[in-house]
Formats: sequence, structure tokens, C-alpha cells
Amino acid sequence: MSPMSDVMVLKQIRLAPLHYRLTLAAPEAAREARPGQFLHVRCGETLDPLLRRPISIHAVDREKGELSLLYRVAGRGTALLSEKKKGDTISLLGPLGRGFTMPSVSEKVSVVAGGIGIAPLYFLLQEIGARGQAATVFWGAATREQFFSPAAPGQNNDGAAGRCFSVMQGICEQGHKIFQASDDGSVGFHGTITDLFEQYLNSHRSGEAVLSRYGNIVTDHEQFKLDQVVSRVYGCGPRGMLKGLCGVIRQEEIPGEVSLEERMGCGVGACLSCACKTRDEKDGFQYRRVCVEGPVFSAREVVWD
Amino acid sequence: MSEATSGEKAKEKPNLVVNIGGLRLKNPVTTASGTFGFGPEYAPYIDLNRLGAIVVKGTTLQPRLGNPTPRLVETPAGILNSIGLQNPGVDHLIEEALPFLAQYDLPVIVNISGDTVEDYARLAEKLGRTAGVAGLEVNISCPNVKKGGMQFGSDPAMAAEVTRAVKENTDKPVIVKLSPNVTSIVAVAEGVARAGADALSMINTLLGMAIDIKRKRPLLGNIMGGLSGPAIRPVAVRAVWQVYREVDLPIIGMGGIVTVEDALEFILAGATAVAVGTANFINPRATVEVLEGIEKYLVANRIHGIRELVGAAHRT
Repeated sequence: MSPMSDVMVLKQIRLAPLHYRLTLAAPEAAREARPGQFLHVRCGETLDPLLRRPISIHAVDREKGELSLLYRVAGRGTALLSEKKKGDTISLLGPLGRGFTMPSVSEKVSVVAGGIGIAPLYFLLQEIGARGQAATVFWGAATREQFFSPAAPGQNNDGAAGRCFSVMQGICEQGHKIFQASDDGSVGFHGTITDLFEQYLNSHRSGEAVLSRYGNIVTDHEQFKLDQVVSRVYGCGPRGMLKGLCGVIRQEEIPGEVSLEERMGCGVGACLSCACKTRDEKDGFQYRRVCVEGPVFSAREVVWD
Repeated sequence: MSEATSGEKAKEKPNLVVNIGGLRLKNPVTTASGTFGFGPEYAPYIDLNRLGAIVVKGTTLQPRLGNPTPRLVETPAGILNSIGLQNPGVDHLIEEALPFLAQYDLPVIVNISGDTVEDYARLAEKLGRTAGVAGLEVNISCPNVKKGGMQFGSDPAMAAEVTRAVKENTDKPVIVKLSPNVTSIVAVAEGVARAGADALSMINTLLGMAIDIKRKRPLLGNIMGGLSGPAIRPVAVRAVWQVYREVDLPIIGMGGIVTVEDALEFILAGATAVAVGTANFINPRATVEVLEGIEKYLVANRIHGIRELVGAAHRT
């Protein structure tokens, strides 16, 4: 296929004041997409704002040929994107980038998301769940609103009638366990998601049911082995959160991958704008391209300044 | 090459061939260095054989890590970049990038940068004897490196010295890329012309910066960067216009070209060829669309060869 295509908007729902879910008729992109990959989206028609916006793929329905993006309005580009309506056309490049390495079926997978970082992890959970594997999901956000739960049953999140979409419900229906944390304590654990994840590891180690208040975890391991609880971690979220997460899993020697964001130009590896510092034996570090060598990197290789 | 004007000929495809300082290009559409990688990045989107030439990412003697991030900021109808000449070095270019491009019927122009005049001389000598290099574009105008770069391009005497050093070390066409961040771009162009340059590329990016008002600090990791994109096009067209009047060298015009109309402005102002840069990021097919647009324009206006159009705005 040509990696550039014009596709049609099927649906756009507002999930929270700044959060949207956009569904596109894109059979080829849906067929080729792998969790962790992104689309480079032309948000407007004019030359200002100029650049495309990289947006991670949030969900695919290969049978229907549909692909969804979950995004937060962060500037002029995404604001224009949020105005797209059913029937509008959008120019895409992609799927682009290197996605997550799929875990083996026997692995104990934990997924740690900060805010809108849930977007690409949702697709990963969809793929893992489809083969009957259950993951443990840790999702943190600032406030209740940012978990985008529908306002009322049978309503869209912006109050309109019609079938709603719930990230929480979607993850649960895929068969995964989910723990939540919020900065203001309005949902789940009062604190950061990395702290909750660390407590989860510790609670298993000590045999205490620290987490019972936040989820249905059973902690009765007499002979604790970490890799029986978590043998692989996937993370996406703000830089500070990922730095903390990588610190935790490096200390525990759990293999993991994180999906990074950086200001991006071309999306195809030509302009070298979206550089990420990674470990390099010769020079100490080198810059690698988030758009081509990423956006997913091994937790071990990222250098956090 | 004849540009016959018989009725029969008018129906034929217009002649798109141009000559850039001894380098024959099958058409006038090229890529701006740093916006097109080394070619493979865009091979999934266009047939590279259709380009008049490819100008590859700026190359230095040794590999360069580049500048700290963020390296890119979007500004009104433009972008500021401070990549800092990240590149794998000339040996890697010769061993890895050139063999890929050798599959194509495509002149390869290598953009070279150095900290010292000696660096430029050594690069010219090395690439001068490398098969698969059709010409050199001398970057004396990069705003994003501490040493060399724009420093060489802002002083006519220094610009001439670098040009002379390159010319003395290669027989291949030498194209000097000029900076707009100067008091008189004509004076620099005259300097490099006297030093033996075969052609000019103009313009490089405009030095600029942007500040994050929330965090109260510069947005770019390297503080300042080079502005490109549609925002700079009028500046670039003006520069081409001025230099075309005073300096008798072919010009590759660039700076914010997105559409065929933009490219035609440059040609009418005096550019023999054009380079598409930032627009590749938005539309990977921009080069081919500009080329097809030029062909259509020539046919629609019954112009038999692109060369009739070069500098035409000066004559009407």
C-alpha cells in the first residue's frame, strides 16, 4: 500500500472537555497497524499550522476496516482535528514507527499508563486480550474527568444520545484487571500511578493486601517470585512518569518498553527533529529517531535527562 | 539543445533539462538538504528517479550527535529547527547511503559542512573522487552549529576562502549555499562567484527563536534555530531576484516552496532549478507534484523549455 492515504471520518466523539475519539474508515491502515505505531495526521487544510501531528493508534477493527485515535486537544493542530465531522476526509501517513514487542502468551503483563498515554496501550491490550491473555492495567490521571467515563448510561460523553464509548469498560471487556490512581484522589489510589505500581509489586512481595481497596487483587503468594506477577511492563505517559516507571522496573530487573513523545517533523526519519537520547557504548549516548527507531523504546535504553 | 518552435514541437513535452554549473539535471526539481534524509526515507512515497537531483543531508568529516532536544518548534506557517548537523559522517555516507542511491538514475549532490576551511577541503577531496557524487553543495550557512557554518557565510571574504578550498580539491560542480542572515547577500554571492563557485543554492534558513511564555524560557534546546517553510518564501524570492541581477551563476532557489506556483515564482525571479524542503514533511509527494505542475504550466503557456522562464520577471 501507499503509506499516504486520504481516509474518511466515520465518527468523532468528545470523551471529556479536551479528549476526543476519532474513528476512521481506513481498511489498509487498520490491517497493517501494530500496537504502538502512530499515524502522521494532517489536521487542517491550510499551511498554518504547518506540520502533521503524530497520533498513536488507539484501536483497530480489522473486520470493519476501522481505526480509532484517542487524543487530547493540546494546540491548534489537534483543535482543528477535533472539528472534523463524519464524512470529512483526512490525509494520513502510516502506520509509522516501531511498535511494542508482543509478549509471549505465558508472560505476566503489566501495563502502566499516565493520562492520555492509555491511547496506544489500549490497542496493545486489545491484541493481548484477543488471544485470551489477561494483563494487569495501571492507569493514572489528574482527575476523574480524565478517565472519560460517560456522563450517564446510554449517553455520549458530551451528553448526546447514542452508544457511548468507555475506555474503562473496553479494557475490562477485553478481560484485563485495572487499577486506577488520580492526582486529586477522586478515583482509586490518591497519588501517582508509578507509586501505585510500586506498591503493587511490594504488596506481592510482602504478602499484604495493600491493594485490596483499589482492586480485586489476591495476594497469597507464600513463595514470592516477581516474574510470576510481572514479567513484562509496557508504559506510556508524560515524560516524568515514564522516567519514574523506568527507574522502578530497572531496579526490579523487569524487562519493559515505553512509548515516547517528541516534537516531530517529517515522521519518516528524514529531518532528525524527534530525537531521543539512548544509551550507546561508544559515545555514552546517541540520538535516535522517535518516528523510526521509536516511538517504542526498551526501558533500559532511554537516557532521561 | 534546440528549442524549436514549430507547431509540431509545441505539442511535444516541454524541455525540462537544466544545467547547474556543469551538472545536467533532467528537470529542475531537487530536494533541500536536511529535509529529505538520504533518499530511502521517501522512496515509499515517490519514485526517486523523477527528481532532477537529490541533495542529501548535510555531511561532516566525523559523525555528529546533533543538538539537544527540543529541536523543532512550529511557528506561523513555518518551523524553527536546531538539529545541529546530526549525521553519521562522510565515511558512512560513502559506504551506506551512496550505494542505495546508485540504484537510481539520479544525480546525487552532497551537502558538506565543516568547522574549518581545512575540513571543507578534505571533504571536497574525499567526495571529489567518490563515484556516485555528482556535485557538492557547500554549506556555509547553517545557523545551528557553534563553529563554522553560518560564520563562513556571513563574511564575503571567508565565504570566498571556503569556496576556493573546495574548488581546489575537486573537479565536480561546486554549489555554494548562501545564508539570508547577512547584510548583503549579493556581496557574499559575488565573493563566492569570484572564488570559482559553479552555482548557488539560496536560501538557507533564517535565524530565529521562540519562547515558551509559561516556562519563561526558549523553546528550542539550542535556544536559536533556523526558520523554514512558507513563512520565509518572500525573503527567499527577494534574495534570488537580487543575486540574479548581479551575479552570473545558476541558482537553485529554495525557501518555503510548497506548490508549483511557489516554484514558478523562484524560477521567474532567476532560479534555474528549485529545491523543495519543509513541504516534504507535510506532503511526501510535494517534489513530484511541483514537477508535474511545472510541466503543465509550460504546456498551458506554450513554453517549449523551462530555460525560457528563468529570470523572466526581470524582462517583463
